[in-house]
Amino acid sequence: MGGLLSYFSGLFGSKERRILILGLDGAGKTTILYRLQVGEVVTTIPTIGFNVETVTYKNLKFQVWDLGGQTSIRPYWRCYYSNTDAIIYVVDSMDRDRIGISKQELVSMLEEDELKKAVLVVLANKQDIEGSMSALEVANALGLSALKTRKYQIFKTSAIKGEGLDEAMEWLSNTLLQAK
Amino acid sequence: MGRVTSDPVCLYVTCSARRWQLPAQTSSATLRLNRRMLSLKRDKKEEEDGGANPFNNLEKSTVLQEARTFNETPINPRKCGYILTKVLYIINQGESLGTTEATEAFFAMTKLFQSKDPILRRLVYLGIKEMSKIAQDVIIVTSSLMKDMTGKEDQFRGPAIRALCSVTDHSMLQSIERYMKQAIVDKVPGVSSAALVSALHLGKGSHEVIKRWVNEAQEAVNSDNVMVQFHALGLLYHIRKSDKLAVNKLVSKFSKHTLKSPYAYCLLIRIAAKLIEEEDAGSDSPMFDFIESCLRHKSEMVIYEAAHAIVQLKNTTAKDLAPAVSVLQLFCSSPKPTLRFAAVRTLNKVAIKHPAAVTACNLDLENLITDVNRSIATLAITTLLKTGNESSVDRLMKQISTFMSEISDEFKIVVVQAIRSLCSKFPRKHNVLMTFLSQMLRDEGGFDYKKEIVDCIIATIEENAEAKEAGLAHLCEFIEDCEHTVLATKILHLLGREGPRTPTPSKYIRFIYNRVILENAAVRAAAVSAIAKFGAHCDDLLNSCVVLLERCQLDSDDEVRDRATFFVNVLKQQQKALSSAYILNGLQVSVVGLERALHQYTLEPSETPFDMKSVPLATQPITEQRVRDVPGELPSSKPAQDKVAATRQDVYQEQLAQVPELANLGPLFKSSSPVEVTESETEYYVQCIKHTFSNYIVFQFDCTNTLNDQLLEKVTVEMEPAEGFEVTKYVPCASLPYNKPGTTYTLVKLPSEPTQVTGTFACTLKFVVKDCDPQTGEPDEEGYSDEYVLEDVEVNVADHVQKVMKPNFAASWEEVGPENELEDTYALSSMSTIEEAIKNIIQYMGLQPCERSDKVGEGKSSHTLYLAGVFRGGHDALVRAKLALDTSGVTMQLTVRSTDPSVSEILATAVA
Repeated sequence: MGGLLSYFSGLFGSKERRILILGLDGAGKTTILYRLQVGEVVTTIPTIGFNVETVTYKNLKFQVWDLGGQTSIRPYWRCYYSNTDAIIYVVDSMDRDRIGISKQELVSMLEEDELKKAVLVVLANKQDIEGSMSALEVANALGLSALKTRKYQIFKTSAIKGEGLDEAMEWLSNTLLQAK
Repeated sequence: MGRVTSDPVCLYVTCSARRWQLPAQTSSATLRLNRRMLSLKRDKKEEEDGGANPFNNLEKSTVLQEARTFNETPINPRKCGYILTKVLYIINQGESLGTTEATEAFFAMTKLFQSKDPILRRLVYLGIKEMSKIAQDVIIVTSSLMKDMTGKEDQFRGPAIRALCSVTDHSMLQSIERYMKQAIVDKVPGVSSAALVSALHLGKGSHEVIKRWVNEAQEAVNSDNVMVQFHALGLLYHIRKSDKLAVNKLVSKFSKHTLKSPYAYCLLIRIAAKLIEEEDAGSDSPMFDFIESCLRHKSEMVIYEAAHAIVQLKNTTAKDLAPAVSVLQLFCSSPKPTLRFAAVRTLNKVAIKHPAAVTACNLDLENLITDVNRSIATLAITTLLKTGNESSVDRLMKQISTFMSEISDEFKIVVVQAIRSLCSKFPRKHNVLMTFLSQMLRDEGGFDYKKEIVDCIIATIEENAEAKEAGLAHLCEFIEDCEHTVLATKILHLLGREGPRTPTPSKYIRFIYNRVILENAAVRAAAVSAIAKFGAHCDDLLNSCVVLLERCQLDSDDEVRDRATFFVNVLKQQQKALSSAYILNGLQVSVVGLERALHQYTLEPSETPFDMKSVPLATQPITEQRVRDVPGELPSSKPAQDKVAATRQDVYQEQLAQVPELANLGPLFKSSSPVEVTESETEYYVQCIKHTFSNYIVFQFDCTNTLNDQLLEKVTVEMEPAEGFEVTKYVPCASLPYNKPGTTYTLVKLPSEPTQVTGTFACTLKFVVKDCDPQTGEPDEEGYSDEYVLEDVEVNVADHVQKVMKPNFAASWEEVGPENELEDTYALSSMSTIEEAIKNIIQYMGLQPCERSDKVGEGKSSHTLYLAGVFRGGHDALVRAKLALDTSGVTMQLTVRSTDPSVSEILATAVA
């Protein structure tokens, strides 16, 4: 009975998808979350822990978890991995110094069993600032080409200006729907 | 030989036979059986009723297993709420979660933040608060809670603030500070109150941060909401409470500016009362005027609080009390039971201190005796008992016995306490009171209640020799059916001490031996010790006791067997001195000290056997310093810590061992109580404690600098030694800043002549002064030497003597023998009563009165005082003082015995 019900709800697109927004501190994760939810830029402070919100995009409901990116909080990411449908990995395109650390975190996260089937969206954020790395540069720096089995896509975004997010969500919704 | 064995067997046979034949015993046995059946029935009933409480018999592991449901998506709020309630229930039932399982449950619970269900969310807040102290990494919920506390849902905001403050530690506090400040001044009362109360909690660990919120608290005091105003005043007080001047200002400011909230008024009254108490002020204080004015407030709560505060004050005259008492009197006839209860409870508490004031309410109290509320009636009767006269005792006791079975243990304890004070007030009434107490002992009741009764009977026995036999008999009957091991061992110990000295000691043995047959190991061991004392004390019972003890050597418990073997061997020697030293006197040394000395001995093995005399003697334990209740203070969550019998002296020994200059002085023999050598309100406040070692005295000077513009350095106390004494070392206190106590030591070598032990020492405080800024405490570079004359310090005989209780003085007297006996007769013309003489002799000699000989029967003109102790160097010292009262004062014949001739000489001349 339960299986049947979930089948129907899946058909009507009302089942919530679980998405994690991850990335180093200061990459813009919380700003992206609220940009997606309320469509506005909110003032944020460093996230100690997590924020969780429901985001609706084109009749699809997403349950979005924004986990804090500070070094002290990263170890707790794994507590929230289970049942995740997609990961939005946010990178600060201006932060050339720490892109290496960002890669390490991404690689070790993707090795987790619980995230085997999760779709990956990389957002090269802060494109509004002059001199930032291009999407290609970010993709190379993260070594995305080494990903063989995973469905992934990289987008250049500016959370402040609201650019690129629509494209990313569009791709994500379609990919998740196809996966069903 | 035949006679020797037949005797005790007879005793045993008769006693065991009697145990089962005597109606009293049989009835108590059936009683016990009945009670067991009753409790069985109750268990069964509870099982049947189990359906009523769905949370009955929850198991921790099952509940935690269920808590994994929180990880599933989508969330089912109803189901998860139910499971979370179970988790909360088991935690509140006292189930303790391990760190790992708590952390796992905690992280699972954080997943519930995705649900917006209000009931579930508020349960999550509760869960966070409960687990914040047991789980790890609880800061993970910080951002989510911060969002809730600033969000639109008012019903989430207050609880979120409370939960947030419970997960925030000192280092994280600054990150939420801004939001807390905003919340304090929030216009929603619930939010503001939550923030204020949470700030109070945080203030325990992070006082500095909370101090910065004073402006917001100030603003919140002006709130229209009664609770916000109350909580804000509490926080303001908490921030300023260490600054007496600021608290003074706070009270005088708010006592003029009318507060809306009666709760805030009550708090203000408490603060004012505390100030009066601290300043030792009387009714002329402006604070008192404020409290008095509150007696005319329109809220009953405030009126009661003011009256309560006034009657509890120390320095009050009958005139000050009158308005407060008349308010309480009015409340006694109020139709509201809470007011009647509060009034009579307050009167009950102060009945001993202000009997005259309370007697004024006697008529109203009489009316309350028949109050339908039993708690009120109990308090009324016990109040009347406390203030009443001898003739009313019988009537009131009769009245109270009609409803003893209807009141709770807590109030029964109040009754027992009233009886206790009656026993000491009217010793002649002991018959009525003892009978009543024994009746109470037989009734149902919890441990605290039974303990209170036993303590009361024991206290009465000790104060009143006539009550002894009856009291012991009641206690004997009680231990026949006593389920509390602690009480049984306590009573057995008492029987061992008092029983042998009654006219018919043999009758107690039956009760004690019954314990050996019927009880658990701890009680059996206590019973064995008690029997041994009878054997050591009463020659005619010796053989019987030995046989009984020999039976105990077959006991299944090690401790019982060991004790029995030891006692049998000692008793069989039939030497008074030996029995007295090892059975009657017990361990005289401090247990903590003994442990330390033995540990030391095992670390440095030597050929010489361990010397018991190197262990410091047991002294009175430090009276536990009670944290004074601060008004508005939150109850401290720390459980009361039971210290393991560390005495004042053990603490000093430890402290002195830390000072390298004072090492190698040997064991500390005695520490005096502190003596002030300055007035308490002077520039420098100094106390002196004398520590006596075998060849040295260490003078410990605890100094406090009360000048905030001075820093003292190199502080010493220079002493002009009395003849024969020699100052060998000063240990200076390097720096003495304002209001931070420091300690300096002066080491003095005792004279080589053994009889020269007393002297007067002139003392001067020497130091280097550096002026400093009172605000910052920053000192000048340059300083100058200065000195300050202190009062003289006396070394007297009592400093060389440690009190030791000899339970059997006569045996100890014989044990020491007449070898070094000295005798002299003195006329103590300055003493007008024997009691006064006894008090002074004990004070001069510093010895322990034995056989309760410090208490004189009423109207006696002659008395013998027995004193015992140990002199420095471990010499036993015994003193017998025969006192006689005549027209010219008190005449004393003093006989001193000691194991050392010079000790006898010192003590014999001490009184001169």
